[in-house]
Amino acid sequence: MHSSAKKNLPEDICIVLGGAAGQGIQSIETGLTRLLKQSGYHVFASKEYMSRIRGGSNSTQIRVSSGPVAAPLERIDLFIPLDGAALTHLCPRLQAASLVLGDRANLPAYPGLIDMPLTTIAQQAGDHRYASSVTIGAVVGLLGICLELLDAYLQQRFSDNPSTIIAGNRVAAAAGYQYGQKLAKTGTMQFELKALASVTGDLLLSGNEAIGLGALAGGCNFISSYPMSPGTGVLTFLAEQADEFGLVVDQAEDEIAAINMALGAWYAGARALVSTSGGGFALMSEGLSLAGMIESPLVVHLAQRPGPATGLPTHTEQGDLQLALHAGHGEFPRLVLAPGSLQEAFSLTRRAFDLADKYQLPVIILTDQFLLDSLTNIPALDLHNLQPHHQFVETDTDYARYRLTASGLSPRGLPGHGAGLVCVDSDEHDETGHISEDLALRTAMTDKRLGKQSELLQDAIAPQLLGNDDFHTLVVCWGSTYHVLREALGALKGLPVAGLHFSQLYPLPPQATAWLRQARQLLVVEGNATGQFASLLEQAYDCTVEHRILKYNGLPFTVEELKQRLQSLLDAPD
Amino acid sequence: MKAQDYDRPNIDIAWCPGCGNFAILKILKQALAELAISPQNLVIASGIGQAAKTPHYLQTHIFNGLHGRALPAATAIKAANPQLTVIAEGGDGDMYGEGGNHFMHTIRRNPDLTHLVHNNMVYGLTKGQASPTSQRGFVTPLQIDGVCQEPFNPLSVAIALNASFVARVFVGAFEQGVAVFKAAIQHHGYALVDILQPCVTFNKLNTYAWFEEHTYPLENSHDPGSREQAFARACEMERLPLGIFYRSQDRKVFEKQLSAYKEDQRPLYQRPLESTKLQNLLNAKRSL
Repeated sequence: MHSSAKKNLPEDICIVLGGAAGQGIQSIETGLTRLLKQSGYHVFASKEYMSRIRGGSNSTQIRVSSGPVAAPLERIDLFIPLDGAALTHLCPRLQAASLVLGDRANLPAYPGLIDMPLTTIAQQAGDHRYASSVTIGAVVGLLGICLELLDAYLQQRFSDNPSTIIAGNRVAAAAGYQYGQKLAKTGTMQFELKALASVTGDLLLSGNEAIGLGALAGGCNFISSYPMSPGTGVLTFLAEQADEFGLVVDQAEDEIAAINMALGAWYAGARALVSTSGGGFALMSEGLSLAGMIESPLVVHLAQRPGPATGLPTHTEQGDLQLALHAGHGEFPRLVLAPGSLQEAFSLTRRAFDLADKYQLPVIILTDQFLLDSLTNIPALDLHNLQPHHQFVETDTDYARYRLTASGLSPRGLPGHGAGLVCVDSDEHDETGHISEDLALRTAMTDKRLGKQSELLQDAIAPQLLGNDDFHTLVVCWGSTYHVLREALGALKGLPVAGLHFSQLYPLPPQATAWLRQARQLLVVEGNATGQFASLLEQAYDCTVEHRILKYNGLPFTVEELKQRLQSLLDAPD
Repeated sequence: MKAQDYDRPNIDIAWCPGCGNFAILKILKQALAELAISPQNLVIASGIGQAAKTPHYLQTHIFNGLHGRALPAATAIKAANPQLTVIAEGGDGDMYGEGGNHFMHTIRRNPDLTHLVHNNMVYGLTKGQASPTSQRGFVTPLQIDGVCQEPFNPLSVAIALNASFVARVFVGAFEQGVAVFKAAIQHHGYALVDILQPCVTFNKLNTYAWFEEHTYPLENSHDPGSREQAFARACEMERLPLGIFYRSQDRKVFEKQLSAYKEDQRPLYQRPLESTKLQNLLNAKRSL
């Protein structure tokens, strides 16, 4: 906290670090977010990086706030470029008030740059590679965080290293800290951050971890996937938990193998997940159709990035909604969920396993690079009733896998569990699961499968209203745009506008109808070029979307940008 | 158990009269009976094609999935419940064409399953086109000037990849067929059995008589422990040796190496969620 705080000073600081891959941006982000949270500040970090192992220009934005925040800002209060490319890349976002700290020796001339001699300080501490610790030290010194926390963090962070490296990093960080403190005294950066004791005990999670934890809570014990950004993080997280939780983890030879393995695993009684991105999911289409035909539960995590084809591998987009809705040949039911927050990433992934099991169909969890790579603190995850609702039965000798029932749901047996035989077939089949070309049966089986689509509505997740229910204008969003819309609307207080966030995209929840009818002006915000959800909404609810607020340059919406675009539409005469 | 114990009554079999598949079904039932594997403990995963219909014609659990994709499904079934006996079964197009990538990588994984490939060197269900194993010059409605590609040699590929068990049989040799099927099913690890069979409708070149003339049993002196010897025998193309070509000495079984089975041998479906561990994991995220 800054000692010379006055009235109306910002309670929300936006720090941006930029540099080449390999320059330590990630370790600085990890260090700062942990230290800030430990100090009782709300934090939110979001990354932008290029598809390469070394070089390029990567950046991370860290928001530090007195209240919960989880959306990117356009504004930069403190910018630390680690190389010239970062300065060039992010220069357009800098304002007169932005504080720019950097090592003059390694950067091109920039007016207003405050010299932070990282390399010299690191070298004085023993090694130029301690520069990341200097940077962390400088920022926490500037923000007035206590040195003991920083010191404890470094000791733990480098605990696997020789004592000279631990000591060197501590000395480097302490020197950085002094630099930061000195800078704070000059008053160039003014803020009024309030620390909260409760925040220090919050969970600090990324989207990847929230999905992975949700999978574990949903009883997932099998994951087969082929690495593809940004879907790989969940696979990696579960691989790290494999020993502790007894998981089967397999890096498949391709996405086709991955989904067919997942289906074999569910058939034999596992709860299986595949994690992929658009291109990989496209390869899985036939397998998705197989899940529909054999009425297998399946959970697919589809982590979106900009396409078509290879697109922008490390950026974000909400462009695969139509793919998720329509992938797979033939007609079969499915459920598509799109979490808007870490809490939903956890709870919906967990729920996906139970719903897939209950309704015996594929569930697609639609996320994106922005949501997965973002990191924030949250007080808790919903852990009540923490045992999966397994739906399989022990079979007897006259068991038939596809017994025709009123609900369309047939008890699902497992091979080796009971006296019956469990037969599933990608061909049209009879009640016992054997291949059949009986055309009357074909109609009955199709009706049985498709009947589950309406059954699913019993568990439909209502959209969440953001703001008051006396709105004239309703702004609809889905998935990862939840927090940015929430904040943008918060900045438009007093206007008759509310938001409506959908986390169940298919089948669409009937609970939305009344809200949509009430809207005199309907807007849709989404991260793609055509307004895929807007079209779906118009078709499903027979409504008219007046404006589609779209973004498709690979970056997520920022709060200011969305606020301004909403404002211009609200101001426009009807 | 007796072979008849696996019979399914009143079934409409889709195979042509005289099809080699009938002989394979007979060999399979006999081998299963002699090994006393109950249908309740047996899963046959298959793909698409006339061969892939085989599991519908006996008493067993069935996962009849997509064309070419039986191996990934079979691997996962075994990994989810290692107590099951798992067989992946299909034809040469299914397993060596559409599923070729899975063939290679399943050998690399080495799950404990038996891979039965009906190899009649032609596509039957799509009416007579070339298969990956069709011989050069084989004329079909699609390859009207004859096949110009090198035939796929599954045995030499498998041996090159150090597959843990590699064998070939001919449906005309019932006794040897049963013996090899039994050895393959009993083998711990991936076991390939390439099964030569005629297609009486679409392959007028590789007939029963042709196979009789162009096959012979491997000598008793053949050492399946020698990869070099096995590879050389697998490369013989004029007359095709039959029997167990190769047994690798140094392959670990896929599912036995999985974290899931390090301390717990129960199938995955019998395990409760370890909620305390999940709480601990979450608490660790609080102290970050």
